[in-house]
Amino acid sequence: MHMHLNATVGSLMAELDALSRIIADARLEVAALRADDGDAPDIPAATDELAAIVSHTAQATHEILDSCESLSAVSGKLGQEYAQPLDTAITRIYEACSFQDITGQRIAKVVAALQAVERRIAGARQGMLTRPVVVVPPPPATPAAPESLLNGPQMPGAGISQSAIDALFD
Amino acid sequence: MSFDHNTKVLVVDDYKTMTRIIRNLLKQIDMNDSDEASDGHEALAKLRAGNFGLVISDWNMQPMTGLDLLREVRADARLKHLPFIMVTAESKTENVVAAKQAGVSNYIVKPFNAETLREKIAKVMVHA
Repeated sequence: MHMHLNATVGSLMAELDALSRIIADARLEVAALRADDGDAPDIPAATDELAAIVSHTAQATHEILDSCESLSAVSGKLGQEYAQPLDTAITRIYEACSFQDITGQRIAKVVAALQAVERRIAGARQGMLTRPVVVVPPPPATPAAPESLLNGPQMPGAGISQSAIDALFD
Repeated sequence: MSFDHNTKVLVVDDYKTMTRIIRNLLKQIDMNDSDEASDGHEALAKLRAGNFGLVISDWNMQPMTGLDLLREVRADARLKHLPFIMVTAESKTENVVAAKQAGVSNYIVKPFNAETLREKIAKVMVHA
């Protein structure tokens, strides 16, 4: 009985020792992680790339708008036969250019999410270096101030439709 | 529905691209007298100084949101009856309800077309 107990305790101690080594190794690996390491997720570069997309599409949109405004000026000098279809086409281009605002807002949401991940990784890395391993439940997501209602663009079909909004105002 | 196309319009949006698009769409529907503001504070200053007949505002702006601007306008004795259209990507029901409770005249979800803009302007100007 006594020998059996010793064997069990010995086995348990060996398991705990192995587990301890695994945790120690994991801590060293996480602590060695840097967000700008070549083999780590390159989050800062990704957010920069997304910001560049917004900037380039804004620039392209302004160039399209420049051209539309030039065409509008020409349209004013044309007869109705030519001016009408030209104005219709210009209006369609203006409408389509609003994509830049929507995509910009969507990308801003992605950037904010990536930055939140980046902060969590940095916090975990710092914690691994300085604190003993303690399982702490993640803090609740910080809700937007209820009064601001800044939800951003919704996925197709998720938001209220224009016709449903119109019904509220009729 | 017909309305006064000479009405002076203030377009409020922190995205320069969007103010430019809306002002051009206004021209396409023969509303040529417009100005712009890039945030709520600038908008309020212009509204208090100028003779505007309509506000078209985005919601998602900092530090003063379009909803805050709407509330300021409705709380201002001289501006409180000004037609105010929210043009925004905010399409949650709670947003529309909050804007309506704050006194918005109409609400357009982005992306939108010129006909929707013309229709809503006509509607709020008739009731103005």
